[in-house]
Amino acid sequence: MAKKPIGPVRRDYAPWDDPASVPFIEFRNVTKRFGDFTAVNNLSLKIYEREFFALLGGSGCGKTTMMRMLAGFETPTEGEILLDGQSLSGVPPYRRPVNMMFQSYALFPHMNVEANIAFGLKQDDMPKAEIADRVAEMLRLTKLESFAKRKPHQLSGGQRQRVALARSLAKRPKVLLLDEPLGALDRKLREETQFELMNLQEDLKMTFLIVTHDQEEAMTVADRIAVMDAGEIVQVATPGEIYEAPNSKFVADFIGDVNLIEAKVEETSETGTRLQAVHGNYVIDSAQSVSASKGETVWYAIRPEKVRMELGEPSGGDLNSAGAIVWDIAYLGDMSIFHSRIGEASLRSTVANVTRTVERPISWDDKVVLSWDRDAGVILTE
Amino acid sequence: MASETSSSAPKRSLGGWALIAVPYFWLFLFFLVPFFIVFKISLSQIAVAIPPYFPAFDLGQGLQVLFADLKELSLENYIFLTEDDLYWRSYVSSVTIAAISTFITLLVGYPLAYGMARSPKEWRPTLLMLVILPFWTSFLIRVYAWIGILKNEGLLNQLLLTLGLIDQPLTILNTNIAVYIGIVYSYLPFLVLPLYASLEKLDGTLLEAAEDLGCPPWKAFWKITLPLSIPGIIAGCFLVFIPAVGEFVIPDLLGGSNTLMIGKTLWVEFFNNRDWPVSSAVAVILLLILVIPIVLFQNQQQKMAEREG
Repeated sequence: MAKKPIGPVRRDYAPWDDPASVPFIEFRNVTKRFGDFTAVNNLSLKIYEREFFALLGGSGCGKTTMMRMLAGFETPTEGEILLDGQSLSGVPPYRRPVNMMFQSYALFPHMNVEANIAFGLKQDDMPKAEIADRVAEMLRLTKLESFAKRKPHQLSGGQRQRVALARSLAKRPKVLLLDEPLGALDRKLREETQFELMNLQEDLKMTFLIVTHDQEEAMTVADRIAVMDAGEIVQVATPGEIYEAPNSKFVADFIGDVNLIEAKVEETSETGTRLQAVHGNYVIDSAQSVSASKGETVWYAIRPEKVRMELGEPSGGDLNSAGAIVWDIAYLGDMSIFHSRIGEASLRSTVANVTRTVERPISWDDKVVLSWDRDAGVILTE
Repeated sequence: MASETSSSAPKRSLGGWALIAVPYFWLFLFFLVPFFIVFKISLSQIAVAIPPYFPAFDLGQGLQVLFADLKELSLENYIFLTEDDLYWRSYVSSVTIAAISTFITLLVGYPLAYGMARSPKEWRPTLLMLVILPFWTSFLIRVYAWIGILKNEGLLNQLLLTLGLIDQPLTILNTNIAVYIGIVYSYLPFLVLPLYASLEKLDGTLLEAAEDLGCPPWKAFWKITLPLSIPGIIAGCFLVFIPAVGEFVIPDLLGGSNTLMIGKTLWVEFFNNRDWPVSSAVAVILLLILVIPIVLFQNQQQKMAEREG
């Protein structure tokens, strides 16, 4: 079977798929220990020029340590980091061509907006006129012209965030590091700013590295995402691949909503695999071939929006089709989430509420048939 | 209800007023009243009597005598202060010595406070304790102890002679240098504590941000740490300067006969010459000299608070 591209969009920019392309940032077997605690464990990673790369994970997964090592605030215990082909070991933070936007913004409280933005430029002994031009450009870019003379404490959270961004962009760094940049903003502003960040990155043609615990944020802005857990990278892929083809239960569960169906392998070949669900009497037929022997327990991960739901009872013998009873319904406005029981287990499915007034035929305690396509889910062995 | 009260100042209950009245009453009783007594004495004339000045008001003699006495008050003593150059030289010398000592205290105290603020968190209470520890011994004894260290055959000279750094003992005691040492030593904690408080509050990520933007750590100190610790510097310097101007014990014990400080002049006037009116005038002028920097300091603090708010 021909491999279909995974993900919602076609990408013209994908240097990670090209074996000839040279990485711009490279972590080579990097380990960082704090005393007994291993924050980053023997980790290798390649990031390409002009890429918007996200490090995603829960707190304590090592993502911030990775960024701080790249900025120079932490030194790797083992391994090395290369930027543009050159090793960064021994280079102090103030000599690295990377700038960081801090989670707390870290604006200098005794300087006004202009002086904050100009701070980095002054360190480079740039001519005064040039500094003024660059500051004006940054103010325009971040729509802060009318706040140039204000001190940080006279600004709102969103404005401070933009000052921090302008300050870190002013030096035109080779890499911009964003540490949870939108964490302090409310939801609406955060979404707006995510798109602004994407546009900015496209316009400036810079490499952006963002650290976040918010999977939606990572999915929105990034070209590729590295999902981290306990100091290791679990999967590096485009948002589409991460969502549609997670490589482990951890990633499937961490990104979005997922049904993890426990099942035993009945038979597997090059053209597909058949699984018998442990709870409920139905057979899953998948186009994926796995390296698992017959009788082994695996997990079938299927997203709720890929599960169809109809009133009725299964005819028996149908593949990818299970009888269930509607247990719980959550109405979210744009869609509804149905929890249906299959014996002991429960399966979630979503229905988009595309019209306002239609009679909704399915209600609590109804008998329904849940079904899905042959390539709707992923078989996971770990 | 809430919207009504929010537009105007909140109404205080009787209990609230009483609470505010307590510190005002305290200030009135123990600052303003004594000050007016001193001020009144400064307008009187010296007399061989008990108390040693005239007029001494006595309400028992009736109002007429009181009014007659009031006419006796004059600014004579203040005029006298301008005629004898001893007094203004004492004032100038006091302010100079206090200013120089404050500056030296800052030079010694800043690294101390900085080191404390940058030390591991678990050490800080101990370090703070060590700064405060000298207060557990009498101030007088601590200053007295410096005589044993600084005198010609004292500990310091013995050490320097033994090390071969000097051939002749240094004369430090009974000079202005000994006064500087005494003031710096005695008032150091007053400078370190407020400075430490402002340095400890400093957000470490600001320094990281400066470094990230290409500023080496030593430069970041001048651009970030120092400007942000200015409120602490000002507070600490005033806490040293103001008491140092009126200092008596340190110049008396450690200073020489050339050391001119207003505290000493006042002491001589009061106890040796028993001239209460002139010494009161000296004290009132000293207060006026100190009020100027205090008011400036208050204004500065208020402006800062308004800007922050």
